[in-house]
Amino acid sequence: MSEANAPMLAADGRPLKKSLQRALRAQKLRALLLIAPLLLFILLSFLLPIGDMLFRSVENQIVPDTLPDTVKDLSEWDSESGNLPDEATFQALYFDLFLAAEAKQHSRLGSRLNYERPGISSLFRSTGRRLDDLGEQYQDVFAGFDPSWEDAGFWFRLMSAQGDDDAARDVLGAERNRVAKLTGIDTGGDIGFVPSATMAELLPRTTREYTAFAVYTVKDKNDVVAEEEPWESVYAALGLDLEAADPSAIAAYSGPGAEVLKAAALQAGQLPVIDYRQAMIDIDEGWGQESNWQTLKLYSGEYTNGYLLNAIDMQKTPEGPELKPEKQRIYIKLFLRTMALSLAITFLCFLLGYPIAFLLATLPLRTSNLIMILVLLPFWTSLLVRTASWKILLQQQGIINDLLVWAGIISNSGRLVMINNATGTIIAMTHILLPFMILPLYSVMKTIPPSYMRAARSLGATDWTAFWRVYFPQTVPGMGAGAILVFILSIGYYITPELVGGTSGIFISNRIAYHISTSLNWGLAAALATMLLVVVLALYWIYDKIVGIDNVKLG
Amino acid sequence: MRMRLLLGAAAVVLVPAAAGMAIAQDIPPCEDCADSMTVISWGGAYQTSQQKAYSEPYAAETGTSFTWDESSNEAVAKLRAMFEAGNVTWDLVDVEGPDSQRLCDEGLAMEVDIDEILAPAPDGTPASEDFGDSLINDCFIPQIVFSTTFGYRTDVAAWNGKEPEDLCAVFDLENFPGKRALEKRPKKNLEWALLCDGVTKDELYDVLSTPEGVDRALAKLGTIKDQVVWWSAGAETPQLLADGEVVMGSTYNGRLFSVIEEQHQPVKMLWDWQVFDFDGWIIPADLPEERLNRVLNFLYFATDTQRLADQAKYISYGPARASSQPLVGDHAELGIPMAPHMPTNPDNMGNYLVNNIEWWADHQDDVEARFQVWLTQ
Repeated sequence: MSEANAPMLAADGRPLKKSLQRALRAQKLRALLLIAPLLLFILLSFLLPIGDMLFRSVENQIVPDTLPDTVKDLSEWDSESGNLPDEATFQALYFDLFLAAEAKQHSRLGSRLNYERPGISSLFRSTGRRLDDLGEQYQDVFAGFDPSWEDAGFWFRLMSAQGDDDAARDVLGAERNRVAKLTGIDTGGDIGFVPSATMAELLPRTTREYTAFAVYTVKDKNDVVAEEEPWESVYAALGLDLEAADPSAIAAYSGPGAEVLKAAALQAGQLPVIDYRQAMIDIDEGWGQESNWQTLKLYSGEYTNGYLLNAIDMQKTPEGPELKPEKQRIYIKLFLRTMALSLAITFLCFLLGYPIAFLLATLPLRTSNLIMILVLLPFWTSLLVRTASWKILLQQQGIINDLLVWAGIISNSGRLVMINNATGTIIAMTHILLPFMILPLYSVMKTIPPSYMRAARSLGATDWTAFWRVYFPQTVPGMGAGAILVFILSIGYYITPELVGGTSGIFISNRIAYHISTSLNWGLAAALATMLLVVVLALYWIYDKIVGIDNVKLG
Repeated sequence: MRMRLLLGAAAVVLVPAAAGMAIAQDIPPCEDCADSMTVISWGGAYQTSQQKAYSEPYAAETGTSFTWDESSNEAVAKLRAMFEAGNVTWDLVDVEGPDSQRLCDEGLAMEVDIDEILAPAPDGTPASEDFGDSLINDCFIPQIVFSTTFGYRTDVAAWNGKEPEDLCAVFDLENFPGKRALEKRPKKNLEWALLCDGVTKDELYDVLSTPEGVDRALAKLGTIKDQVVWWSAGAETPQLLADGEVVMGSTYNGRLFSVIEEQHQPVKMLWDWQVFDFDGWIIPADLPEERLNRVLNFLYFATDTQRLADQAKYISYGPARASSQPLVGDHAELGIPMAPHMPTNPDNMGNYLVNNIEWWADHQDDVEARFQVWLTQ
């Protein structure tokens, strides 16, 4: 028994299986090398871009990247408490937005959030314009304390590290990261400034904002830190720091600018006391609306299911996903319509294409060649030309209606509406996609020997029985291939429905195109495309279960 | 007829370029400049007018080679994709006002100081004053004012000799039966519907800002919904009017001009409540210095008073500079005076709206969704 189970050995004593595998491996490798160019091409030009596009349907990094601290603070805010977020959140918002506005990224975030809540785009735009005022209130007071506060060089000396021991590398690293995430530029390398650890402890907020200012000034503007007066936000940060600072710690400070800083700390009572919440609401009352904050909180994660929910007519709410109001539900309807019209087109293509393919396969060569040319000629004509000619044929003052009126079949006032609706889409797309049904059918029919039909007849079958029982079953693989081709092509069709579909004949792909090129809501476009892909794959799977994909033949 | 219309739209207006010393004077010297430019525009008669008025005289003088790409329709999406890929090949892009706002918001367009980069008016008025209201954001360099307005056929038997006199004829199926062509977008249609539903110009956007206001506008549009052919390209309405498919329809005034004056169709303009829009240039952000220098040099020339007035010789859109208005002359080919065909002509401006870019930037997504749902109902 054990003998029989022992592996069979090759001549050199190795197990036969292994040495066979070894011999085959070289062949497989060679085969792989041969298809490598194609594989790489498909990977690089097809799978990667599609993957990247589909990824956008969940990607939401712009929110945490633009407002990192605000988002952190918001995670502790109870969005249903009925209160606005606390003062600290408003402060974080001010500093986040200030940097974003300097880098001109705030309006981008506004457009992103506006997809979720109308009106928020102008909230960000108008806030960005008026953020300077708040810091200027501090700036003026500091300038009154000592003119050094308006001197770029003084600030640079005050904030710079005194030697290596004093370098606050963690602050620098964090701010590099913050600016890089916000702007997408590379913030590595020397910026000619290292923040001081002493200052980072004494005036944490100021150090942070000044460092961010320094990184941005050097990396994006290519300016020299020591020659640029800090942003208004740095003065605001200094004001907040001095309010909160321990007077004895400042008194103990002896580095550069110590006299000026101590004087400022002593006069800190004269600094304006700013309620950031009120200040932000004064800039734009939108910040006083809880619903804006709720939107911000809902979309504060790095990833969101918001786009995907939107693609199936749902929306995110603080209570969880729910259906949109009826007046805004559109996508499910369009998906269903796309399916229904595509099925109708596939069926019509089959109905019209089968007899033609049959003729092509059975008529003598000379005649069938002529028909073949007639099938292929429109196939080679531009899609736009074909679609436009359908317009001319089908419109109410068009050729078909003219003929019908002339023949007295319809009255002049009762001209048929055959275009700018679903009928137009079905007619034009059936025509355009017909060759995709005829050609696979033809190539399968061509391989069916005529002797089968003759044999069936000689055994007593009627013409119909011979066709239905003998011929037709053999054409099923061609039908399958044609149906899949036509259906999948039509489900993603865009230009024909756009031109002849009016309002009742447009497809989901028209909405995808709209979101790509007009509304710029690429996330939603990606989500809709993902849905479409999922639906097609599901239908493919069902088809495989019912018909079997092995039964598909292109020739 | 149809064939002639198509050919007419594509016809190139051939006129010898006004050569001369004047042009050389208007172009400042250009140091460290690229010797080619890629310009994005809309194609068709509009792009031709730009080539005739701006780029051909400029190229003749400086030897710059121009590449034109007809991508303005999708400029925002394409430019965004170029920025994401890190390879911006465009130097100058012609866009409509709302698109310039989006590009500016996204940081894809360069912010410009109009007075610094553009020529003052001949009388010394700074460019920013000369352009006035057309400076809609910090990135936009205006060229023309165009308007969206209605045209109607003059030979409709069912109208019993009546002709539409105001915008509300569009909603009056009793006196003016027949199909209408409207754009498949909520913008402008909602405003027109409310104006004909008794809302005044001043409270228009206050009403539209409420959900009930949008409902009200859609309800008004609903009264003619089954008589509307919805268009998505500006060329459709002229074609539909010429074929008699519709009896009236909205489109850009320049398109109607060519149907009426160039193709001699029985069509008239209805200027009532035309909606003004601006079209102009944006410079993609972060251009390399050489290319930027060339663009700025070209822009200084192409947006001066004379050049903007020249463009109106080839197409019936109004120059964005106030100082160009008196210089508008005759059509280069037809020889008819162009001033009466300008949307900005006082006779045509009895009632008008200006595209409210800010409001639409805020409400576009929401209102568009509701409009599309309404369309499919």
